[in-house]
Amino acid sequence: MTLNDFYSILPAVILIFSALVLLLADLWLSKHTKVVTPMLAVLGLIASIAASILFTGNVENGFGGFILVDGFSRFLVPLFAVTGIFAIGMAYDYLTRMGIQRGEYYSLLLFSVSGMMLMASAGDLVIIFLSLELLSIPLYILSGFAAPKAHSEESALKYFLLGTFASGFFLFGAAFLFGAAATTNLNGIVEAVTSGSANSTFLIIGSGLLLAGFSFKVAAVPFHGWTPDVYHGAPAPVSAFMSVGAKAAGFAVLIRVFSLIFPSLAEQYTPIFWGLAALTMLVGNVVAIAQINLKRMLAYSSIAHAGYILMAFVPFGDAAIRANSVASALFYLAGYALGSLGAWAVVIGMEKEDNQGTEINDLAGLGKRSPLMAAAMTVFMLSFTGIPLTLGFWGKFYLFRTAIEGGFISLAVIGLLTSLVSAFYYLRVVVKMYFQEGDSKFHWNFWTAAVAVFSALVIVVLSFIPGSLFDLAVKALLTGS
Amino acid sequence: MSLNPLLLTIAFPLAGVVVMLLLKAKWKNAIRWTALLTSLVTFGLSLWMLSQFNSASPDLQFEINQAWFSLGGNPIGFHIGVDGISILMVLLTTFLTPLAILSTWKAVDEKVKSFMAFFLLLEVGMLGVFLSLDMVLFYIFWEFTLIPMYFLIGLWGGERRVYAAVKFFLYTMAGSVLMLAGILWIGLQYGSFNLTQLVGSGMIPAAAQLWLFGAFGLAFAIKVPMFPLHSWLPDAHTEAPTAGSVILAGVLLKMGAYGFLRFNLPLFPDASIQFAPWMAGLAVVGIIYGALVAYRQKDVKKLVAYSSISHLGFVVLGIFALNLQGLQGAILQMVNHGLSTGALFLVVGMLYERRHTRLLENFGGLWKVVPVMGTLALITMLSSVGLPGLNGFVGEFTILLGAFGSEAIGSPWFAGVATLGVILAAVYLFHMFQKLFLGPVIHEENQKLKDVSVREILILAPILLLAFWIGLYPKPFFMLMAPAVEKLTTIIQSAALLAQ
Repeated sequence: MTLNDFYSILPAVILIFSALVLLLADLWLSKHTKVVTPMLAVLGLIASIAASILFTGNVENGFGGFILVDGFSRFLVPLFAVTGIFAIGMAYDYLTRMGIQRGEYYSLLLFSVSGMMLMASAGDLVIIFLSLELLSIPLYILSGFAAPKAHSEESALKYFLLGTFASGFFLFGAAFLFGAAATTNLNGIVEAVTSGSANSTFLIIGSGLLLAGFSFKVAAVPFHGWTPDVYHGAPAPVSAFMSVGAKAAGFAVLIRVFSLIFPSLAEQYTPIFWGLAALTMLVGNVVAIAQINLKRMLAYSSIAHAGYILMAFVPFGDAAIRANSVASALFYLAGYALGSLGAWAVVIGMEKEDNQGTEINDLAGLGKRSPLMAAAMTVFMLSFTGIPLTLGFWGKFYLFRTAIEGGFISLAVIGLLTSLVSAFYYLRVVVKMYFQEGDSKFHWNFWTAAVAVFSALVIVVLSFIPGSLFDLAVKALLTGS
Repeated sequence: MSLNPLLLTIAFPLAGVVVMLLLKAKWKNAIRWTALLTSLVTFGLSLWMLSQFNSASPDLQFEINQAWFSLGGNPIGFHIGVDGISILMVLLTTFLTPLAILSTWKAVDEKVKSFMAFFLLLEVGMLGVFLSLDMVLFYIFWEFTLIPMYFLIGLWGGERRVYAAVKFFLYTMAGSVLMLAGILWIGLQYGSFNLTQLVGSGMIPAAAQLWLFGAFGLAFAIKVPMFPLHSWLPDAHTEAPTAGSVILAGVLLKMGAYGFLRFNLPLFPDASIQFAPWMAGLAVVGIIYGALVAYRQKDVKKLVAYSSISHLGFVVLGIFALNLQGLQGAILQMVNHGLSTGALFLVVGMLYERRHTRLLENFGGLWKVVPVMGTLALITMLSSVGLPGLNGFVGEFTILLGAFGSEAIGSPWFAGVATLGVILAAVYLFHMFQKLFLGPVIHEENQKLKDVSVREILILAPILLLAFWIGLYPKPFFMLMAPAVEKLTTIIQSAALLAQ
């Protein structure tokens, strides 16, 4: 193992190391010093961000192509770490209130984040599978963290069953790809495809199974059924973390694998992605209208946003647009991540014992009682809708631009019209908070509120200077593409 | 760089918002004065802009083109400028805003701070719409105006305010999403969002113009609103607080008409010529329909709202006459409608503050009780009817003249039927005036109404003075817009010649 190999996985290694330290340290902490565990976890995440910025600059790959370090992973690794920090920030008070303050939460979270980081830089199907499990298994446990509460157990079981299905699909697909190309290395598969030595039937079956597996992870229709139940039942900070981290990791690997194999299969897959994107946008947004529970609404909204991101991926077969396609998906992901984490932070402040207090009706009067939180929530809703002066607007702007650039005007129009549909249910939240009287209360906690306010500020401030984030996203090119 | 009047005008209300945020919410009067002074200074700045403006030039002036950032090779710029058309809209905005703020002095007593902040933000948004020369910047300002207006209706509106606010938001957004698709397509196809590069370049082929005209036109037609896309307007106007209705009718609707002038006509001249009879047809239907429905209203505010649909029909008819007279009349009528309908809403608001009802049947005979208000209301109404000597007449007359001779519309019948609208306007507005002010005092409560206060006279007097000015001596207004309008007609004529 060379030093470069080590650097290539350093961010994930730091997290795994801190997770192990946390497990040990937690045993020695008394009830009154519980706050030390999350602080150590945050330190680990910050160190991980620092490592990814400081040490991966000159590294291109590690372990002979098992790990790829490129602009793509350099964009996503810090994003995952920040998601982890936010998920800790909003969890501490929540876990205490719900009586489930246990140190394992933080170590499991760190394990999961390290899995996401490896997933974003995986260059081999085996590594993808290992990181998929590394990110998923802690999440299964975290979903059931409020056990023996029935809703949490239900959530964990559903997520586990469907998650293993997804893993199964992936493995099966990977086996076919290995059969087709006689290698599990992504670049090796590409070479086999371009040289024509790969068995094309196996290739198509394998990539199709892979797509099904990834679609579960990103919650694309028709593989989305688990999302509302799992998000609703799991402890809210875990749902927040899943809705951003797991989705982003799913997209990371989807984009990486298909961007490499896609060019040769564009003819077959473009219509499939087109349909997947259109269906996901339509179903996610239309079903969200009928939701009366905030968590379920956010779940369907997260499905809808997966559809928008998929839209960026449709013109991928076109080499001229590929850079914009990746960049717009990543840019959108960043904006979505901030909005989703912030919105979940508000939900966490609203939630009472036994999963109560999260109906949309429970928001009535929030504008009067907690003006700051209501204002932040308004920013998230407007950003999700894509109204200007939020990051969400630029995200959609760039996505639709990519779709139109690729000649998929009708898909862009579907996206625009479903945005209009989404305005209806996002506005309902604003209506409840400001235009109706009620006695809703935000359970004030500095860190939970800080997550919401910080996200809202970033969403608004960056919308005035989106150029720097655009540049970052544009640099996020994949190696080999 | 010397001081740019546009930048100052657009940024000054923001400074007011910042000052206001520092004030405590309970210092209501301090907040009101801050808002009023801010809007007055903004008006002053726009007058300074006018004094520096070279009205003989058809070009855009005081242009700022500051690179903002670029996306996939498309630069997006903070690009603003003003010409003879937009300067009138800017002046209308800055003129009506302080008056609208003054009208809320007593009417808005709850959450004054947020109200005034939203109001000034709305002003920024509207000014931005009229000054933007970059399509993306325009879209940002266009969508941004939704947010403050949504809250103004939703928080300070009448009984059905939530319904009205959401309907307003969704209708407007429905139009603008397709406009965004159009903007993106143009940007990708021609590599620029810069309006000055695209206008008159003849780059956009006639076939593409057709659907682009539709994509942009839908957004503007909803905003104007044109029949049959008008149904958000009566709700929004009726439920909005008085000041909101004044700005909604006075300025926001003009954004739609202005959009036609700034985008559809110069960017898609071929499509404009082709669609002109259809647009004129819808405009005429709107004129007659709005007038007929207005006559049957029991709620004064709804009546005025439907009269807006009718009056805006004239504006659209003038625009799609596509000749000098029609366009000049339409632009002047945009100003006129802002003044007259704004004033009508103010009068209705004054009545509502006194009686807390807007139903015609609850009034009657007010002339004897409140003679000064009656006089002011009469002049306002006459200006809206289009009595010669007042502003409405000049605008409508010029529009009809343009529409009669319009080659693009192709038939004098459109203007002929529209003329009926002038008569109908007299019918429903006189009917309204009669129900409110004439006859005996039926209701006991109306006996003790107070006549207008000095503040209320101060609100209405400037509007009515302007109404007389435009009515008696409209030449300076026509002079101001003439070069820019001539430039616009040249673009359309050259497109028509090429097509033949």
